[in-house]
Amino acid sequence: MTVTEIPTTTAATLDLTVEAGDGALVRVPAGGRLRIVDLHGNQAADTLLFDAADVRNKYSAFDTIREQGAVFLTTGSRLLSTRLDELAVITEDTVGRHDTIGGACAQESNVIRYGEHTRHQHACRQTFLAYGAGAGIGPREMGHNINFFMNVPVSAEGDLHFDDGLSAPGKYVELTASREIWVLLSNCPQLNNPCNGWDPTPVQLLGWWS
Amino acid sequence: MSLYLHDMPGGAAWSAPVSAGRLVTLTALGDRANCSMLLLNADRVDRLNIPDTLKAQMSARITAPMVLMSDRGLALASVVASSLDWHDCLTGFGSEAHLERFGATSYAADRNDWRRSARTGLVSELTKHGLDERDLHAPVNFFTKVAIAGDARASMTFVPGHARAGDSVTLRTEHDVLLVLCTAPHPLDPGEYAPSAVQVSVEVAATVAQDTDPSWNWREESARALEMSRRVLA
Ligand SMILES: [Zn+2]
Repeated sequence: MTVTEIPTTTAATLDLTVEAGDGALVRVPAGGRLRIVDLHGNQAADTLLFDAADVRNKYSAFDTIREQGAVFLTTGSRLLSTRLDELAVITEDTVGRHDTIGGACAQESNVIRYGEHTRHQHACRQTFLAYGAGAGIGPREMGHNINFFMNVPVSAEGDLHFDDGLSAPGKYVELTASREIWVLLSNCPQLNNPCNGWDPTPVQLLGWWS
Repeated sequence: MSLYLHDMPGGAAWSAPVSAGRLVTLTALGDRANCSMLLLNADRVDRLNIPDTLKAQMSARITAPMVLMSDRGLALASVVASSLDWHDCLTGFGSEAHLERFGATSYAADRNDWRRSARTGLVSELTKHGLDERDLHAPVNFFTKVAIAGDARASMTFVPGHARAGDSVTLRTEHDVLLVLCTAPHPLDPGEYAPSAVQVSVEVAATVAQDTDPSWNWREESARALEMSRRVLA
């Protein structure tokens, strides 16, 4: 198919602010560009991608990092599906690296990580399921997500940490869709670790497509 | 008490329901073993969640005495013994594309030595239980190490010869689980096609003493996951 490039200097097709703890389900056509802006800095934007033609063909974190031979995602990273189809490519990144092995928060994993008192705190997994339902995305379609703006260093010794983000107000990452995709986003409400700078804030979605 | 032994040839897939309170020991029968494991809870919806397992235990690999955790925050199994300090869990399993370099293969030409990918084998096993590709999730690749470099991208490199014949790992099931295994070669293994067989041993686990059990005492997070499983089974 032919894709007409729309420069990002023209008015955006989509301009949506996603409040802390809220989510979004956005259909992006092939060639469409979706920019996620970390408006206030240090905000984890938990993101899943699906082939819009068949949501069983979902983003695969571990196929993606194996095929690129590196753990962190940045400009040039091809975001692959479980069938090894390219769903999108990261075409701009003013942060430098993003996590995809740290997963999303859930009420149940919060209990494990922080204790029973966090059982009823809001978490990404129910945002994914609530917004995903509109595209037939349920628990079986869930995969392991991307955490845009999140910093999860790994060491040669095999250790993993959650660190303060490398992001800052106004930093952004941009995806170009390689086919028509669903982008399912949860703007992380996590209060118990530094992934949101202890204070979840809004992100902005800007899209350009015809 | 050993309940049964089962030998999986290299390049094969297999699945088995395993009750809670069993020890499942995987033993490499050659120097080229890779055993990719999916793990589903008894309801077949809740399943192994590698990111949650890693972040709760601050690790980028699987080894003893870590607890393998599910989407819904339960301990599905504990790694109670391992002769290796690193089992890969970051690089998924291979697809047909990874076998193309070995040339054409088919049942008609190669009979039961035909080469099938881990994805094909795992989906085939899932299908027997009424599941399908939606139920695929990040596996543990027992006997495989993919090293992580300290560079800016955290580059990853397959480590040849990480496991040898006789290396083994033992899981204790903390729930009634569906174990799905595949012994296809790791997709990053640059060697010729010669995947080793793996022996699966299932036996009854001893009663767990929470105050001395290494998995219960590994980290507070490990203990909380085990406690959530204890509550479900209580
Ligand atoms: Zn979250």
